[in-house]
Amino acid sequence: MSGPDQKPILRMEDISKRFGPVQANDRISFAVRQGTVHALLGENGAGKTTLMNILYGLYQPDSGRILLRDRPVHVASPRAAIQHGIGMIHQQFMLVPPLTVAENIVLGLPPRRRVFLDLASVESEIAGLSKAYGLDVDPRARIWQLPVGMQQRVEILKALYRKADLFILDEPTSVLTPAETGALFSIIRRLVAEGHSVIFISHKLEEVMRICDEITVLRQGRVVGTVPASETSTDALARMMVGREVIFRLDKGPTRPGEVVLEVRDLSALNDRGLPALRGVSFNLRRGEIFGIAGVDGNGQAELAEVIMGLRPPTGGRIVLKGLDVTHLPLRSRIAQRLAYIPADRHRFGVIQDFSVADNLVLKDFYRPPFSRGAFLDQSAIAGHARTLAERFDIRITNVHQPVRQLSGGNQQKVVLAREASGVPDLLNAMQPTRGLDVGAAEFVLRTILAQRDAGAAVLYISTELEEVLAMSDRLAVLYNGEIMGIVRPREVSLEEISLMMAGSLRKSFAPLESVG
Amino acid sequence: MKVRLALTRMLPVWAVLAALLLGMVLVALAGANPVSAYRELMRGAFADLFGFATTLVKTTPLLFAGLGVAVALRAGLFNIGAEGQIYLGGLAAALVGLYVHGLPAILHIPLAMLAAFAGGGVWAFLPALLKVSRGVNEVITTLLMNYVGIYLVSFIVGGPLIEPGAPYPYTRPLDPATNLPLLIPATDAHVGILIALGLALLLHVLFARTTLGFQLRAVGANPSAAAYAGVHVNRTLILAMVMGGGLAGLGGASEVMGLKHRLFEGFSPGYGYDAVVVAFLSNGQPLGAVAMAFFFGALRSGANIMQRSVGIPVAIVFAIQGLAVLFLAASLVVQRRSRAREPRQPWGAQHIDVAKPAAEAVKHEPL
Repeated sequence: MSGPDQKPILRMEDISKRFGPVQANDRISFAVRQGTVHALLGENGAGKTTLMNILYGLYQPDSGRILLRDRPVHVASPRAAIQHGIGMIHQQFMLVPPLTVAENIVLGLPPRRRVFLDLASVESEIAGLSKAYGLDVDPRARIWQLPVGMQQRVEILKALYRKADLFILDEPTSVLTPAETGALFSIIRRLVAEGHSVIFISHKLEEVMRICDEITVLRQGRVVGTVPASETSTDALARMMVGREVIFRLDKGPTRPGEVVLEVRDLSALNDRGLPALRGVSFNLRRGEIFGIAGVDGNGQAELAEVIMGLRPPTGGRIVLKGLDVTHLPLRSRIAQRLAYIPADRHRFGVIQDFSVADNLVLKDFYRPPFSRGAFLDQSAIAGHARTLAERFDIRITNVHQPVRQLSGGNQQKVVLAREASGVPDLLNAMQPTRGLDVGAAEFVLRTILAQRDAGAAVLYISTELEEVLAMSDRLAVLYNGEIMGIVRPREVSLEEISLMMAGSLRKSFAPLESVG
Repeated sequence: MKVRLALTRMLPVWAVLAALLLGMVLVALAGANPVSAYRELMRGAFADLFGFATTLVKTTPLLFAGLGVAVALRAGLFNIGAEGQIYLGGLAAALVGLYVHGLPAILHIPLAMLAAFAGGGVWAFLPALLKVSRGVNEVITTLLMNYVGIYLVSFIVGGPLIEPGAPYPYTRPLDPATNLPLLIPATDAHVGILIALGLALLLHVLFARTTLGFQLRAVGANPSAAAYAGVHVNRTLILAMVMGGGLAGLGGASEVMGLKHRLFEGFSPGYGYDAVVVAFLSNGQPLGAVAMAFFFGALRSGANIMQRSVGIPVAIVFAIQGLAVLFLAASLVVQRRSRAREPRQPWGAQHIDVAKPAAEAVKHEPL
């Protein structure tokens, strides 16, 4: 399909965009050739969606320029983007459920015949477009009656009807079943065959290899590189996505594993959309070791952490914590087994923003001594506890009654860390504990977790930062599509092998299911 | 920072003052002198013993029910059903007063109060159960339960329990042992206000000092984080609603046992709805609710005198009440906007992909 002779329909040059302290896009340049599918590949937070929101006029770039058909353009708003022939299909569809397909498609457009809607002619036009592109959408169907895959096609029709010829699909397969994905891909091929161009945003390697002609890999707001799909492979892409720079060195002594703390057997679970997210995951975790979970984001990591905590019901398998089957026990019973959790989205789940630092630090223990005496809280014990922890964990606060809302992200994470890891838990379940932190705060977090291991905690360490997992873990499982591709020791595995496992094309275990000292 | 905090805390007071000011304009439009109208209002509410007693009588149900709405509010729930809960509480108290005899007042009054708490509690429990088990919005269910409660009482006092030969649907008088003692002799003011004040103090301590209060506040401030910390969120929500319903039910009991000594059809002129205003203007703070209930009780009490002496209809009081809520709501929106604009978080702490679905917000949550 592609060839070097095709002219670029779009060039984005040196696009930069900063949100507060975070450089979301850092001098990003890439070009999309007419009549091709171009992938933007990267982890969550790599800057893909920000870049596309700039192209679609939702954000203005701090610097850089956009050229459409070799002419520089200023995309002031989504309306301007549509006039330039850009159509964006968001992850969350922008449709009005009670209205019909045709009504949704003309929504917001000026009526063509004075004031009256001429739905009949619109409907026949939509039916024609639908037929031409193999979309198979009934213009009179009401949105709420349509399955998700169909609603997505309505979004595509909407863009077609507005004469779009450059389509942005933002993670279009994340809501689809495999069969629906196959159907979407044939629609994309049809679009391209008609001379349209498609930007395909994804973090799924094999999909990108299946449908795209060229792939631009983003990492931490920068372009890692652009490669033709015909000259690359999923594992090469995985390597580009996760990089291999080590930010700092950890002084990590050898592990001295003790007895088994956590036993996970054949665990299965569904994701929020009711699709399988975990498919028969098994591993053992011993006292005094860090067990890492590596993998590209969205391969079941979040679901694994939640099932272990009791925040998501498993559909099969069992979880044994210190010899006790906790598979169907609520969260508080698991906490009573000395299980600690650092959630990935600490802003929402880790702290109560309106509560004081002191209150957040006793969120799990407020109802028992020394923080309570009978039905009453012991305010001085709570405040004293907070002062001790603030000192030990270097939480920068003016006083312990300051609301957590006023703290920086790094200090908020330290509050969570101090609460979860101040007494040595038997099992520490840490999910992306350094996400969004600056280097200093991240290093502090990692050192604290290491100290927990050395004090005898079993640590489940889930992160999509490959170098971090490799540096931290004593053993490491690679999760792909809800399955463990293998359990390995970091020193006994090459980056190539890990990349292959992350891409789902290698299944190999170097370490036994449970380590033997 | 300090100034701003003080400003935020005092927001309801500013809202009430602004409403009173705009109320003056309304009075002027109605053709009276605003200053003398407000003077008459004050005189009616406070100047003599009778006026002050009336103020207390009107404050009592507002405070009971206002506390009932406030408790739920602190746990993040909107209990708009205080009116229905008042009716159920009044009904339960009346049944104890009609069918239990021979008890001394010292036992009879607490028994009737307990029944009223249970009656109001049941009326709030049903919406709470629907909320946690089926996700039904409690605003709708509590609101609709009001009508069920009001008409249930109408049916009972108009049919099975009507006093033979009564010109209007009401029951026989209750056993005198259930009568609440008078607070000020030769007036209507009864000790219900003391009970309500005591409960307000109790709730203040509950929220400020106890583990249960902490749990309620945590669930109200961030149910997800509370659930992640192991709090049984659904149980807490049910508990808060039942407590709230019970408190409003006590308001009904105090009307029946302290004032009318019978159960009347339509015995509450919308105290439960005004209680919502009381709770919101006090931001769910029990002691704030005391001030707000007293303020609106005084307005209601003085309004009659004002109507008689300067000819301004009582309705002006309800207009002031409504304006205060509007002002508060508007200022809260402005406050939230300015907070959203503050750069408080490094972006990285949240997802950078802004279009990513917030699917994680809705989580499975253990009962």
